Amino acid sequence: MLDLTLLLDVVLKSTWALMPILLAALGEIFSERSGVVNIGLEGIMLLSALAAVAVADYFLNPWAGVLAGVGMGLLIGVVHGVISVYLKGDQVISGIGVNLFAYGFVAYAIEVIWHVRGYYTPRYEAKMPRLPVIGVSPLFILSIALAIVMYFILYKTDYGLKVRAVGENPEAADVVGIHVERTQFISTLVGAALAGLGGTVLSIDWLAAITKELPAGRGFIALAIVNFANWNPTYALGGSFVFGFLWTLSEYLKNLEVAKALIPIPLINTIPYIATLAITAGLIGRARPPRHVGKPYKKE
Amino acid sequence: MSAYLSRLASKASMENLSYLFNIVIAMLVGFLLGALLIAWGGYDPILAYASLVDTSLNVSDPYYIAMTLSFTTPVMLTALTFAVGVRAGLFNIGAEGQVYMGALGAIMVASLKLPPTLYLPLAILVGSLLGGLWGLIAGLFKALRNVNEVVSTIMLNWIAFWIVEYARVYVYFNPLRAEKTISMPPPGRLPIIVPGSELSLSYVISLATVVIVYFIIWNTRLGYNIRVTGISYHAAKYSGANPTLTTLYAFVLGGLVSGLAGVLEICGRPPEYAITTGASNLAGLGFDGIAVSLIGLNHPLLIIPASIVIGMLSAGSRGMQIRAGVPLELVKGVQGLIIISLAVPGFTYMLKRIKLKRSLRGVEGA
Repeated sequence: MLDLTLLLDVVLKSTWALMPILLAALGEIFSERSGVVNIGLEGIMLLSALAAVAVADYFLNPWAGVLAGVGMGLLIGVVHGVISVYLKGDQVISGIGVNLFAYGFVAYAIEVIWHVRGYYTPRYEAKMPRLPVIGVSPLFILSIALAIVMYFILYKTDYGLKVRAVGENPEAADVVGIHVERTQFISTLVGAALAGLGGTVLSIDWLAAITKELPAGRGFIALAIVNFANWNPTYALGGSFVFGFLWTLSEYLKNLEVAKALIPIPLINTIPYIATLAITAGLIGRARPPRHVGKPYKKE
Repeated sequence: MSAYLSRLASKASMENLSYLFNIVIAMLVGFLLGALLIAWGGYDPILAYASLVDTSLNVSDPYYIAMTLSFTTPVMLTALTFAVGVRAGLFNIGAEGQVYMGALGAIMVASLKLPPTLYLPLAILVGSLLGGLWGLIAGLFKALRNVNEVVSTIMLNWIAFWIVEYARVYVYFNPLRAEKTISMPPPGRLPIIVPGSELSLSYVISLATVVIVYFIIWNTRLGYNIRVTGISYHAAKYSGANPTLTTLYAFVLGGLVSGLAGVLEICGRPPEYAITTGASNLAGLGFDGIAVSLIGLNHPLLIIPASIVIGMLSAGSRGMQIRAGVPLELVKGVQGLIIISLAVPGFTYMLKRIKLKRSLRGVEGA
């Protein structure tokens, strides 16, 4: 009954679906390892998706779009980083503000830039081409590489040790001469830039469109993955694959007559969210967050 | 995060001028940056803001004020959901989905053949309970499996959205109008206060609910338990409150209130009295509530004036679009900018830091 080519097709499509979640989760792991929470991932993804489409469509070059998406992530990262790290502001409020801002601004900008309401599809040349032979996106290879590189940085380098030390015990890190604020700020930037890359994947690689609700909760699913990946990039890779697969599967079910007759399409759409709840509830408990996460470090 | 929340809670208990000052500054920053965005879009910021104010706070015509108040009605309630959560040490951002479920409950009741007087009370009951159920689910995930409520409530928001979409298309579709569900029959509708506007009796119900929740939070054992749980899990245990159970109550109370917001949008907002395509007449009410709560320092009574800020933006955005051509979504962007600015600690705090740094330098130099 199980068709092998079909399974391969679903797996191949999953490589797209996993990227946005993986990239956002990786970024958040790096950020939270240093003690800075960013619940604005969803908003960053949305803003970067917009920037990527606008620039890629203007220059008819997807790589220009990648730069714009990452650049937008960095920009929001600077705002969130300055508020969270240097001004000792409320990280959670700043994150929710980013989400609210993105939701309104992107809908506004779509109308300003393209004079359409709610939805824009970039021209074909703006879309990221697939790699020859294997058929995946070049950004997929990059995402996997980033997960592995981040694992090595966090666990096998002095810098990674510094990042984790800052997130666990900033006072002690400070005493041994680590620049706590600078480390946290860089981690926040890395986190936001990767979330931005995740949004870029959504808008010019996988879905090749921009809508005001493009990430559809993926920024928050990434937060869930950070939790049950126990702040480890390699586990995040596995977790993202599971979600990418589920997301693809629900898209696939929507086109299957048997399934459509059994479950109406709007209810098939709930699968990724129900799965997130179920998996998070099933796996959590073993995970332990960095000790100083979410709290500003005040020297005085 | 809990440290942050307790800080926020203690912050709110010290309502004083410096916090009011911070909010005014944040709003100024939000509107100024918003003006830049308007100019970037090729529109006239001054005309845009003038039209915004003229069609929301214009006292010469009761219609405008009535519209502003009508937009404060649901967001007061969704703000309560967030505020109760913060009091209990939770970051409950599930009001959005609870509004959807509440509205769905009202539509379920609207589909029934009932004696006319039963529509309204039954809609309020069923809708609030569905909202409460949505809160309870998030509460159970938190209490039993320690699932972060930020994640669970957003997932529940999306699940509620698709359930409502399913119900709109497959169950409660309107055979005459494809873009909305069946409407609440006239006996189940709340009377309009200002003729011609969308301001109905639901505003009064909303206000009353705010006062009741204020009373619960500050004058009952449950409210005490919620507040003490928000400050410290262990303190709650020693004071005899069961923190796990209290967390559940806080989620359910929040859900009931946002569920009611959904019901009131169905029973009290002309002309549809129904759920429209993609829940477009409900979308964003939950998130607007977060903004209201934060502007109102997460205090139930301060939510009432704070809701006017968001109500004014929502009401005036239409006039701004018509008169200045600015797409009305801009106001949501401004709202976000205000919240980001609110995350910046007060200027008083920053001044203190600078002073402290100077004095420390003085000590080092000596």
